Amino acid sequence: MSAILIFLTVLALGAGWWLSRQGLTVKPWLQVDHAGTVADPGPSRHSPAQLGLGLFLAVVGSLFALLISAYIIRAEAGDWRGFPLPWIVWANTLTLLAASLALEWARSAAQRGALAVARTGVIAGSGAALLFVTGQLVAWASLTESGYDISSGPAGSFFYLMTAAHGLHVVGGIFALGRTLGHIRRADQDNLGWQERKEQAGLVRISVDLAATYWLFMLFVWVVLLLVLSGWAGAFLALCGQILSGSGLT
Amino acid sequence: MANIPHDATNTAPPAELGEMELYHPKSWWTKYVFSQDAKIIAIQYAVTALAIGFVALVLSWLIRLQLGFPNTFTFIDAERYYQFITMHGMIMVVYLLTALFLGGFGNYLIPLMVGARDMVFPYANMLSYWIYLLAVLVLVASFFVPGGPTGAGWTLYPPQAITSGTPGDEGGIILMLVSLILFIIGFTMGGLNYTVTVLQARTRGMTLMRMPLTVWGIFVATIMALLAFPALFVAAVMMLFDKLLGTSFFMPTLVEFGEQLSYGGGSPILFQHLFWFFGHPEVYIVALPAFGIVSDLISTHARRNIFGYRMMVWAIVIIGALSFVVWAHHMYVSGMHPYFGFWFATTTLIIAVPTAIKVYNWVLTLWRADIHFTTPMLFALGFIVTFVNGGLSGLFLGNVVVDVPLSDTMFVVAHFHMVMGIAPILVIYGAIYHWYPKVTGRMLSEALGKFHFWVTFVGAYLIFFPMHYVGLMGAPRRYFETSDIMVLPDSAITLNAFMSIAAFVVGFAQMVFIFNVVWSLKNGKEAGGNPWRATTLEWQTPKTPPEHGNWGKELPIVYRWAYDYSVPGAPEDFVPQNQPAAATQGAPS
Amino acid sequence: MLVALMMVLVVVGSIVFHFLSPWWFPPLASNWGYIDDTTVLTFAITGAVFAAVVLFMAYCLYRFRHKEGNKATYEPENRRLEVWLISLTTGGVIAMLAPGLFVWAQFISVPDDAMEVEVIGQQWLWNYRLPGEDGRLGAADNRFVTFDNPLGISPHDPAGQDDLVVIGSDLYLPVDRPIRFALRSVDVLHNFYVPEFRAKMDMIPGSSTYFWATPTKVGTYEILCAELCGVGHSYMRGIVHVVTQEEYDDWLVLQRTFAEF
Ligand code: HEM
Ligand SMILES: [Cu+2]
Ligand SMILES: [Cu+2]
Repeated sequence: MSAILIFLTVLALGAGWWLSRQGLTVKPWLQVDHAGTVADPGPSRHSPAQLGLGLFLAVVGSLFALLISAYIIRAEAGDWRGFPLPWIVWANTLTLLAASLALEWARSAAQRGALAVARTGVIAGSGAALLFVTGQLVAWASLTESGYDISSGPAGSFFYLMTAAHGLHVVGGIFALGRTLGHIRRADQDNLGWQERKEQAGLVRISVDLAATYWLFMLFVWVVLLLVLSGWAGAFLALCGQILSGSGLT
Repeated sequence: MANIPHDATNTAPPAELGEMELYHPKSWWTKYVFSQDAKIIAIQYAVTALAIGFVALVLSWLIRLQLGFPNTFTFIDAERYYQFITMHGMIMVVYLLTALFLGGFGNYLIPLMVGARDMVFPYANMLSYWIYLLAVLVLVASFFVPGGPTGAGWTLYPPQAITSGTPGDEGGIILMLVSLILFIIGFTMGGLNYTVTVLQARTRGMTLMRMPLTVWGIFVATIMALLAFPALFVAAVMMLFDKLLGTSFFMPTLVEFGEQLSYGGGSPILFQHLFWFFGHPEVYIVALPAFGIVSDLISTHARRNIFGYRMMVWAIVIIGALSFVVWAHHMYVSGMHPYFGFWFATTTLIIAVPTAIKVYNWVLTLWRADIHFTTPMLFALGFIVTFVNGGLSGLFLGNVVVDVPLSDTMFVVAHFHMVMGIAPILVIYGAIYHWYPKVTGRMLSEALGKFHFWVTFVGAYLIFFPMHYVGLMGAPRRYFETSDIMVLPDSAITLNAFMSIAAFVVGFAQMVFIFNVVWSLKNGKEAGGNPWRATTLEWQTPKTPPEHGNWGKELPIVYRWAYDYSVPGAPEDFVPQNQPAAATQGAPS
Repeated sequence: MLVALMMVLVVVGSIVFHFLSPWWFPPLASNWGYIDDTTVLTFAITGAVFAAVVLFMAYCLYRFRHKEGNKATYEPENRRLEVWLISLTTGGVIAMLAPGLFVWAQFISVPDDAMEVEVIGQQWLWNYRLPGEDGRLGAADNRFVTFDNPLGISPHDPAGQDDLVVIGSDLYLPVDRPIRFALRSVDVLHNFYVPEFRAKMDMIPGSSTYFWATPTKVGTYEILCAELCGVGHSYMRGIVHVVTQEEYDDWLVLQRTFAEF
């Protein structure tokens, strides 16, 4: 369970740091305010949607950390046999990277209010993401063909499980990109009043921002999964595994 | 994030809201069925949870029929018995307690107590309920598939959960896993909502340290649930793969009734780690909201500030964090590496300290108080007794070597019923008696409430206190047949019959409660806005029951903490949170 | 008033029940007296805490019940009191944990001279394997399980040929010899539990677990399965006879080896 514990430790440190700035040591009974003295805190730095996405990614992160934990525990048993990853998964990494870059580009465009550029970025991102999903399916097909189907052995089972979990999140993200495009279309109509246009542009900014964050996270998860599945992380993990099983935590 | 509402640009809740801007549901359907109002969703959650909980209660009678009067009720065979205990346990823990505390009380109380108009993502909130309902229906469906529901125990340990020696190994287990997966998806939508609402939608002046402990408890429990449920999710998906796709994540080479199965190499212990990585935090996911609510009940009805508020908050946070590093105390005799025992026994007993602080502070709140023995207060007091009892027996089971003879016996069953069965249930009842007037505008009958309390509390204690000793004598849990165990004297059979009769009486008292809830809807005393003379915001709404949007035109502003009871010099024995300091008197301190 | 009285009754009733009821651990028949001692110590400490907390609460309920004109004291916290309570609690926890860990250390270190007995669980009966003349158990794996080899002893390992195989009948153990119970399962999880020995441990298909105990009292005891293992779980019982060394030797010669099986 080392991966999830490390992940949660990072979260706990973050939460602890945040809590330490919330005045948890004040004596609230001594602080009674007079009418008219309670300040409006003003708009907070993050919108609820951004915060919600951050929390959601923490949940998704713990899901993958748990899968990796399970993988490590299983890989330490004596009968583990790895198998060569099909070359296409490495190529897929590039398409996912492209998707993420396109969305970063769209993010900065939306920030400036350049709607047309943002739209191009989102469309390019969606295209690259679709390509990624297709590539992953090709990887499955080629694996199955060469005899490594889902029940062929533990390494294979984990490969399908983890890529499927990641792939479903990517597909969900593609649907969300569709919504983002909808926002852009609405903001780009000619018959909008000045006020309405400003509001719509705000929605676009947030929507594209959320999308870019999400895809960056998906890229990160994929790279970590790839390192684990390809065994590149293996040497490193074996080392950690020795240390941790010595201390009794795996 | 597929559910970002359209007004996502609203960063802070505006203090004032024009009449036009209040979202008004258009039809009866969107108002009462597909409602996005957290209060309606709360009621939907609560009614669904109590309904399925009632099924679990009936199952507990069937279990007790068999245990108290073995071989008398022949329609309960071993197969059915295991299905009953499995469904009873799973429903109680997940579909009743978790759903009711977070989906029910969380939805109703968080926006009202922090002074928000609603949850921040109302649409996701609505979806959360409907997915939960679907999960419940899938669970119920498993009673009707060939082979019936799974009988693998609520822990669903492989390999037996999916092999043929266990009832419901075909349809039942699959539906159970699917239902759990749905539950987790639905909960995650709700949970993100509760968390972001607490973080971002608090009204002006509502600092974290001014939040009532109820909100603190639900808040921390929700975060824990968000991070712990993925473990169950992963375990359930992997087991489904094993069952349906022939993988061997949890399945070693094994031979069932002379036949080699095609599995091999998997690890049953891996499942146990994943399960308890969720399962132990789950105990506190149920306990922390109960802790929070009971603190507020005691303080309100004893007319005294909760003692040691800061310690109470810190303890909630510390318990929440620590409960992620104790999971394997459920696995002392599972065959895991024996050295784990040292580590997990130590962490487990460390948690006892902040937990004990909470108990002390509840009791110390009663010191020099002005105690009103209302029904909610009685339930809160009953909670303290059962919780202390169950918490202390937890020290037996946490202390690894004492656990060795006791684990997997009826002692464990007695322990967890005291601490996470009866104790939270008592809090739920206390909370219902306390907040029913806000939800419906009418009081529940106090006379029936007191009857309900006494029978439930005394009865439950009589069921579960002696049960510890049945376990001590060596009776294992999940035994269809205990009467013929050699170490059990004949007197134990009498004792079992006694516990069963107590269980039926307790069950009967719950009917009185249901009657009370229904009857008082029309016939209860008019409650007024603040019948308990409480300080927290939900009692200061302009209308009772609160309307959609909760606060009318203007959000309340918070000037003080939630526990200004019996403040020296104040004209009344409570000062609401939205009342500013008197210009002349200054702060009471 | 009534509440305060009931709380007192709960405490008094629980204590009276504890001391006067006939229900307690079955008489000990192994070396694990320490486990009983730790349990009794835990009962003493937790019982005292339970009584103290509930009685204090009962007193408050009686003394500070609402009367016309009463007003509660306003006292948000009391640092000294809280520090005291934390220290006392920590002390109590240490008093239970320290002996517990000490005994656990013994529980997991098997004495060198322990005799090996393998218990193999199967839905829903108990099988055993004892080392033959070579004093060693041969390798085993569920892959080898067949109708003629129900315990999955490796046919390729010469050390396994002389192993004694006991299928579904009673187990005999010599008194006063430390025994290492090696535990395996051919199908699902089981748990080997003899209440009088106090010790128990899960049996996991695919791996081998263990615990050790020294039976100290001649007699006949029931083996219970303590891990839900399917519909037959509560019928999965066995009998273990703890006998003198001579009787044990007599029993041993009657057993068949794997090769003869
Ligand atoms: C009056 C109410 C209740 C009665 C009489 C009752 C009775 C029982 C009994 C006799 C068993 C165990 C049977 C066995 O191991 O052979 C059991 C199991 C269980 N109960 Fe309850 N129970 C009640 C309420 C609750 C509540 C409120 C909870 C909520 C946490 C709960 C959770 C469980 C769980 C988790 C199990 C374990 C199931 C398993 O072994 O897989 N019960 N109940
Ligand atoms: Cu636990
Ligand atoms: Cu069993």
